[in-house]
Order: sequence, then structure tokens, then C-alpha cells
Amino acid sequence: MTGVPARVLVVGASAAGLATAEALRRKGYQGELTVLGAEQHAPYDRPPLSKQVLAGAWEPERAELRPSAHLSALDAAFILGDPAVGLDPATRTVRTGSGRALRADAVVVATGLRPRTLPGQDGLSGVHVLRTLDDAAALRADLLTASRVVVVGDGVLAAEIAATARRLGPAVTMAGPGPAPLAGRFGPLVSRLLAETHLENGVGLRLGAGVGGLTARHGRVTGVRLDTGEVLPADVVVVAIGCTPATDWLAGSGLRLDDGLVCDAHCRAADGIYAVGDVARWHHPGLDALIRLENRTNATEQAMAVAAAILGDDRPYAPVPYMWSDQFDTKIQVHGLPGPDAEVTIVDGAVADRRFVARYHRDGRVIGVLGWNMPKQVRLRRQEVVDARPDLTPALP
Amino acid sequence: MRVTVDQDKCCGAGNCVLLAPEVFDQREDDAIVVLLDERPAERLHAAVREASDVCPAGAIRLSETS
Repeated sequence: MTGVPARVLVVGASAAGLATAEALRRKGYQGELTVLGAEQHAPYDRPPLSKQVLAGAWEPERAELRPSAHLSALDAAFILGDPAVGLDPATRTVRTGSGRALRADAVVVATGLRPRTLPGQDGLSGVHVLRTLDDAAALRADLLTASRVVVVGDGVLAAEIAATARRLGPAVTMAGPGPAPLAGRFGPLVSRLLAETHLENGVGLRLGAGVGGLTARHGRVTGVRLDTGEVLPADVVVVAIGCTPATDWLAGSGLRLDDGLVCDAHCRAADGIYAVGDVARWHHPGLDALIRLENRTNATEQAMAVAAAILGDDRPYAPVPYMWSDQFDTKIQVHGLPGPDAEVTIVDGAVADRRFVARYHRDGRVIGVLGWNMPKQVRLRRQEVVDARPDLTPALP
Repeated sequence: MRVTVDQDKCCGAGNCVLLAPEVFDQREDDAIVVLLDERPAERLHAAVREASDVCPAGAIRLSETS
């Protein structure tokens, strides 16, 4: 493909898809722009779903990413409530569930993730996942009358759901294979502190054991069965054991699917086909590896890169990843990619004060900084991650 | 251009401060956005538009009139 495409089709109407459309217009793109979304809702934001929306502090509409006037001003056709079911890369034609065939000169895949589930979970009442606005509404309704909740999983989403659910009143237990929440991501110091925070706030932790399945009676869940044989009784279960990239609709397209839609350093999967956000596994030139980031900031930052690539910019996408998590009164913010086995130094504040910045090193190099209730300081330390990787050219300065 | 921020929506990511430090800052204790200049000079408009679009919380609103 040469030159600026006359028609761009963005498949996915969430944060990454919308941001791609916005970035194209901001960069002066005047061609035809279509955004196709599987859900009926106007584009909305997912991070508040496990926090403000689940807690009831926000009405669901507050999670909408843009007011409708802003969406109209984009001059894009939004086709909502119609999932993509197939793509022909040669003609760049996307088929939809309702039978549409949308042809474009550039197709951007922004279909995000699907939550993993436990065997036997489907059709069982009282069992939830949390990915969509409708999931959040259904879970909230159940939590309000629950007495015993088990959150299965030990990652960011599981920890946030456990914190929010606990504040709604029921007894809450987190169950997952790791030794502490987020241990696989941030290592022992931070994950132990997270465990303490959850315990202090009344969340029970039943970690360090795999979850084998669910117990049920008359079509309703009654508990979670651990690999040890132990059963944790529950009237509501939330399964937050990670997600898989939503690429099933691309099966048979000939595109390379391997834990996401595999792309080059320009987020390009094939001529005129790009991927953005949670679904994109691209070659990060700074890390010289294929990576996929499931975080909110990457959705917008990668969207800027994809829009630029569509318009002919040939800079690779090499971001400094950023994520945040709010659990109880703790605000964690992370720049870079800290690993569980990295060396950790406290560089600001003190762990005892529950206000600190931890710097993660590997082989003498700064790989990430994590702020615990020190958001401004951790942003100031972000530069150390950039400086440690002179090969980086982040889209954000 | 007139800028407004929704401090209740802000998640404290600080992307706006990285992009337009003359217009945005963050509170010391919780990193919530602080608007330094609600009518930024024209040379800053491109950066402010970008900050508004990349804000993960959609907390920055712009009105382009006057």
C-alpha cells in the first residue's frame, strides 16, 4: 500500500479504537473513517468498571469516553452492536455478524480481550467476569445482596474487584496461585505490602493454591474448589484469571495469531492491516521482543503510533509502558516493566510510611519505577527509565 | 481555546504534564490534575489537544470557541 488510504476501518470501538480515529483526524486525515464496535454502547472507559462504576460512585454513563457532540465532530461512521466475524486481508474486507461487508484501504484491529473462564462456569448464576459495562452492572447488582464473595485471581483486576467488593459490605476472599497479589508482576516487596493492605481492610486471602473449579447447586454457584481439595463457600464468584486476545474472528485470515495479532515494530500485521491496544502483539524495538500490553495508557499511546503509521510515518513504536491501580486508599503507578525477580531499591519516601517510590533494576539497568501513594514523584522518576534505554523513542516526551 | 479539567475523573497518569507542562500540573499528594492556564497561548494548542486526546480518563475538555 502506498500513499494515504482513502478509507480507514477501525474494528473495535473502545479506548484504542476511538483513540486511533481521533489521532487520525488530529493529524489531518480527511478520508472516510468507520468505527465498528461489537457492543451497543458508545465508546466507554474500562478502568472505572472495577472501581467507580462497580462501587456505585459513578453512574455507568460517566464511563463514556466522549460526549456525543465530540463523537459527531469526528466525522466518523460508528457502527455499534455488530461484531466483526471475519477479515480478508487481500481485499481488506471485514464481515460482520449482521452480514455487512466493509471494505477499506487500511484496517485497524482493536478488538481487545476476552476474559478467561473456569470450566463449568457458563450458564451458572452467581458467577461473573468483568470486562464490559454490562458485566459491571450485573456484578454490582449481585454484590449488593451477596454475603460471601470469592474473587478468583491474583492480578490487578482481581485485586481491584476484591477491594471494591469489600467496601460494599460482603465478606470477600481472594483465591489465586501466586503467593501474594501481583507477586508475578511486582515481586515480593510490593506484593507483600498489597497483601497486608487487603488483610487490613478485611479481605481474606487464600493464595498459593490453584483453583480447580466451581461447586454449584440448582444452577447457582456455591463455592470455589481449590486444587488442594478445599472448597471456599461463596454465593457470588468473580473470575478474574486473565484474558485472551479477541482474535478468534481472525482465524483463517492467514494473519499470524500468537497471543494476539502479531505485528512488526510499526504495529502492522500485513500490508494495510494494523493492530492497536490489548489485542496487539508487536515487536518493541527497544526490548527487541514481541510484547503485548494490557493497559489503558497503551491503548491511546499505541493509537497515536498506528495513526501516524497509517499516514506514512515510519518511526517504530517503542513506548515506556505505564499502568496504575487503585486499591482501597492505595494508588500504585508504574512506569516501565518491573519484573518479579528484579532488584528493588526504595528511592523516595519509605515503605513504613506507605509512601514510596521503588526503582527496579536488572543487570544494573533501571527497568521500571513504581510509586506507592507517590504519583507525582514517580512521574518525575520516569525519565530514569527513558535514560536507561537510549534506544527508546517514546511517543510521549 | 478554553481548557477545563474534571478532577473527579482524573486518574493521575500525568500524560498531560508530560505533553504540556506549561498548562497542566499535578497535585503533590494524589497527582490529580491542576490546570495552570485555562486559556493557553496558541503555540501550545497542538500539545493541549494531544493531551486531551491521550488522557486515559478523558478528564480534559476543550472548547475551541474564542
